[in-house]
Amino acid sequence: MIKYQKDTSNIVTLTLDMENTRHNIINHEIGRSFLPVLAHLKRELKKGELEGVILTSSKNSFLIGGDLEYLSQAKEAKAVFSFVEKLKEVFRIIETLGVPFVAAINGTALGNGFELALATHYRIAIDKPDTIIGLPEVTLGMMPGGGGLVRLVWMLGIEKATPLLTEGKTLNAKEALAHGLIDELVSDRRDLVKRAKEWILNNRDIQQPWDRKGAKINGKGSKHPSVQRFLGLEATRISARTHRNFPAPLAILDTISEVGLLDFKSASRIESRYFTDLILGQVCKNLTSTFWFDFNTIKSGSSRPKGFGKFRPKRIGIIGSGLMGSGIGFISTLAGLEVVLKDVSIVIAERGKGIIEDLLNKHLIAGKIEEGDLQAALDRIITTESVKDFKDCDLVIEAVYENRQLKNQVTKETEKYIDNYCVFASNTSTIPISSLAKASVNPQNFVGLHFFAPVEKRNLVEIIKAENTSDETIARAFDFVKLIKKTPIVVGDQRGFYITRIAGAYIMEGMAILSEGQKASRIEHAGKQAGMKRGPLEMADDFGLNLIQDIFREMANDLGDDYTPLPGYNLLEKMVNEWERLGKHKKAGFYDYDALGTKTLWPDLTNLIEGDEVQLETKEIEDRLMFIQVIETIRCMEEGVVRTTADANVGSVLGWGFAAHKGGTLQFIQDYGKEKFLDRAKELENKYGNRFELNNPLNIF
Amino acid sequence: MNEAYIFDAIRSPRGKGKQGGALHEVKPVRLLSTLLNALKDRHQIPTQEVDDVLIGCVSPVGEQGADIAKTALLFAGWDDQVPGTQLNRFCASGLEAVNLAAMKIRSGWEHLVIAGGVESMSRVPIGSDGGAMMFDPEVSSKVAYVPQGIGADLIATKEGYTRQMLDEYALLSQQRAANAWEKGYFQSSIIPILDRNGLLILDKDEHLRPETTLEGLGSLRAVFQQIGALGYDDLALQKYGEVERILHMHTAGNSSGIVDGAALVLIGSEQAGKTLNLKPKARIRAIANIGSEPTIMLEGPTPASKKALKIAGMEAQDIDLWEMNEAFAAPVLKFQNDLGIDIEKLNVNGGAIAMGHPLGATGAMLLGTVLDELERQDLNTGLITLCVGGGMGVTTIIERI
Repeated sequence: MIKYQKDTSNIVTLTLDMENTRHNIINHEIGRSFLPVLAHLKRELKKGELEGVILTSSKNSFLIGGDLEYLSQAKEAKAVFSFVEKLKEVFRIIETLGVPFVAAINGTALGNGFELALATHYRIAIDKPDTIIGLPEVTLGMMPGGGGLVRLVWMLGIEKATPLLTEGKTLNAKEALAHGLIDELVSDRRDLVKRAKEWILNNRDIQQPWDRKGAKINGKGSKHPSVQRFLGLEATRISARTHRNFPAPLAILDTISEVGLLDFKSASRIESRYFTDLILGQVCKNLTSTFWFDFNTIKSGSSRPKGFGKFRPKRIGIIGSGLMGSGIGFISTLAGLEVVLKDVSIVIAERGKGIIEDLLNKHLIAGKIEEGDLQAALDRIITTESVKDFKDCDLVIEAVYENRQLKNQVTKETEKYIDNYCVFASNTSTIPISSLAKASVNPQNFVGLHFFAPVEKRNLVEIIKAENTSDETIARAFDFVKLIKKTPIVVGDQRGFYITRIAGAYIMEGMAILSEGQKASRIEHAGKQAGMKRGPLEMADDFGLNLIQDIFREMANDLGDDYTPLPGYNLLEKMVNEWERLGKHKKAGFYDYDALGTKTLWPDLTNLIEGDEVQLETKEIEDRLMFIQVIETIRCMEEGVVRTTADANVGSVLGWGFAAHKGGTLQFIQDYGKEKFLDRAKELENKYGNRFELNNPLNIF
Repeated sequence: MNEAYIFDAIRSPRGKGKQGGALHEVKPVRLLSTLLNALKDRHQIPTQEVDDVLIGCVSPVGEQGADIAKTALLFAGWDDQVPGTQLNRFCASGLEAVNLAAMKIRSGWEHLVIAGGVESMSRVPIGSDGGAMMFDPEVSSKVAYVPQGIGADLIATKEGYTRQMLDEYALLSQQRAANAWEKGYFQSSIIPILDRNGLLILDKDEHLRPETTLEGLGSLRAVFQQIGALGYDDLALQKYGEVERILHMHTAGNSSGIVDGAALVLIGSEQAGKTLNLKPKARIRAIANIGSEPTIMLEGPTPASKKALKIAGMEAQDIDLWEMNEAFAAPVLKFQNDLGIDIEKLNVNGGAIAMGHPLGATGAMLLGTVLDELERQDLNTGLITLCVGGGMGVTTIIERI
């Protein structure tokens, strides 16, 4: 677990090496094995046989974090508090033992792992592309608990440390050096050890800043007027941004404020108390469950059919070089794939390449790629107007307009030139894939890949399995999506698949509430207060009201007599047909859009829709908006449209911006409490109709 | 006339008012809101029924600034309708709040008022709020301001108290406080301070030194010697020609301790008691405020208490138990002497020398202490008084129902 090596100059190197795992983490086990090692070091020091200690790891990474398995199960405040206080004790022993400790950061150091590094006296990291450094706990609803928050504030000062902690920003090695998280960079492991030893031999004054008598944190304390203003404004910004749905950033900010007021020890204890509070809170449980465990389940391939070798495409084809096609092209070339970008003319295809170039330039400016990468990425793109150029492709994606005939036509054209092993993917948000696959001569290779715009920002891809799609094709689509660094969920081939269907339910409930005479601004507010990224009317505008109408028209066609329009549908018809408010793409929907893109609720709404004197409580609107999505998701599970809770939860947040602090549509039930959820669903059903009805109340998740 | 009844009096334990003290990590606003909610829960008070909340706080700046009473109400989640205000009558602020609350009730305009105080001396140190009396050259020289400790030493010198007498009194305070804690006399009124997870932070007064001995006390340094030599002694003596030289006798052992703490008293009319099913424990018979000579500063309790006794139509012998704040030993002995009080009736469970003096909260704490003790001994009347900065005295007389 911990390898102990001592050299001739009495410098000990401790190498962390946890068994049977790719990365080291901080857990009870490593804590236990640390203590005897530290006790031994103390004895060595007493004998005068210890000059310093180097901490490093045998893995590719340094230490990637804490024991989420344990923490996610934790239920008792006392246990969590004493766990984290013990961890602090170990870190304190390191920094107060009396010899220099150097963190030789050979790779990624995150969370608890970086906290350990902060407790040493000097941090040297290897500058390699996959090194990530930071304290991203907040993204899982937690905060540093090993004293890392307190130490970082001492070292960087309040104003510099705050964004790193409240936003959980992680940095690459160079950025970490620039921000002062790292003291020195080296190029490889040999230099790392060499420099660590040199530093130890040349630095004997190793008292930490917070242990010096009368010491103050770096920069101004919390009582300074400018810091008071800063903290007040940060609290406001965070509350405004999160609707106070996420306790972690505020807990972090408050602890930061205490660091600027109190001594190291008191502030550390406050850090432990807040840590405990967050760990035991439901939001943290939701976030960990979805964004750690569910997410890892998806990444590990739980929805990928078993028994097929890994698909390693080299060249892919994209039909249609509009925003969607270019977006797919961009992420594909970024992942090292050769991209054949086709449109009706070479001029239009080149325009698509231009879009890709713009995106690459933004990446360059953001420091995510280097000049050479940009050129290489561009060189991998072949523009064409001829389907013949798809002949060596391993996968072709069509991203043409949402029009069945057009899609059928490109399918047929393309299949003439691709081999029997090539995957053909259709990027559609609404048309059932099985119906499109009818145009294909190889329906077993035909699959739906539903990307979301803008592709470079939206991390989800729905893989739609049509009637005849082979398992192997699904597996290959899955591997491709992972290769381009998107999150794949596998969904069934029903109207709207998963994402569009539930987003639609949310939108339609919003319209239903609006048509009842509730104020539009209150509906939008309730949606966001409930944690949704966008209000339902805003989302309707983004989607395009005419497109939503098309979906329902098709549904009416397909279902015939079985079709009953949803309560919001009348309003939708009027919006589209009577008032010609088609949505954001026409700069006129539920909102007006000015030249700068600022939107204002369409003032005429209040005249055109008769207001109800009785305005519902915000909570009632929130529950309607949220429950309709959850109940519709339960139906998707029953119908096999989504198959795993992981896909449902992760998909909901990444797909249409479902409330992240609830952990997704199915985790919402755990958060609400199953019994309470059933009672409330029944109440809503009685009040608002059977769209809130659960088919199998006893069988929910 | 509407009587002002006391329904309850609670307090936090007192933590050492410095880095390392248990309550150092607790914000004053949290301390206060913890007590507010404890009071609410003890009596199932519908918060909107509370007409006002008066909170004494002596250093109302920084995290104790900007009306900590209203801030704590909002933070505690009380009904928006409940107003609150912070007030400052220096060391008597907590009792001043009680007295003003009593007056509000007796006016008939309000029916349920919470009075009390808070001071986190470890987080907002004494003197943080500045003030012209101490720091404006024109003002401080004209009023001949000297630090309270000089005044206390001047009282001791003037009255002929010896160091031994002061230390003996201090020892008595320690022994009485230790005894009261050991026998659980304070228990029912102490609200333990928990962290946000429900884990205990403090449930006992932390400043106590039950192991104190006279020898130990005798070995302590007189703390105001040096400051006095800067000129304060001479300035004080300009007013007290009868004293040749101030003998500095007050030490950290026979002066009040610096601590963090908060206290609340629930005061209301008979009507409020009936409506909300609150049982009156005592009524407030009289209150009095008075000013006294500001340089010696700490002699206000005698005239204030005489005034209150007169208002109540009582004599000193009508008082069963006395609480005079142990800011320093000498003013207590002076007060005892002035009113001829049997030491067995004065500060019977110890005071600020043993347990500390959280400036803004102390007055309300003393009221609770004497009320609990009256109930325990089944006695009737109690008088609470404090010496006050600037030369003032504040007194409250209560009587059990």
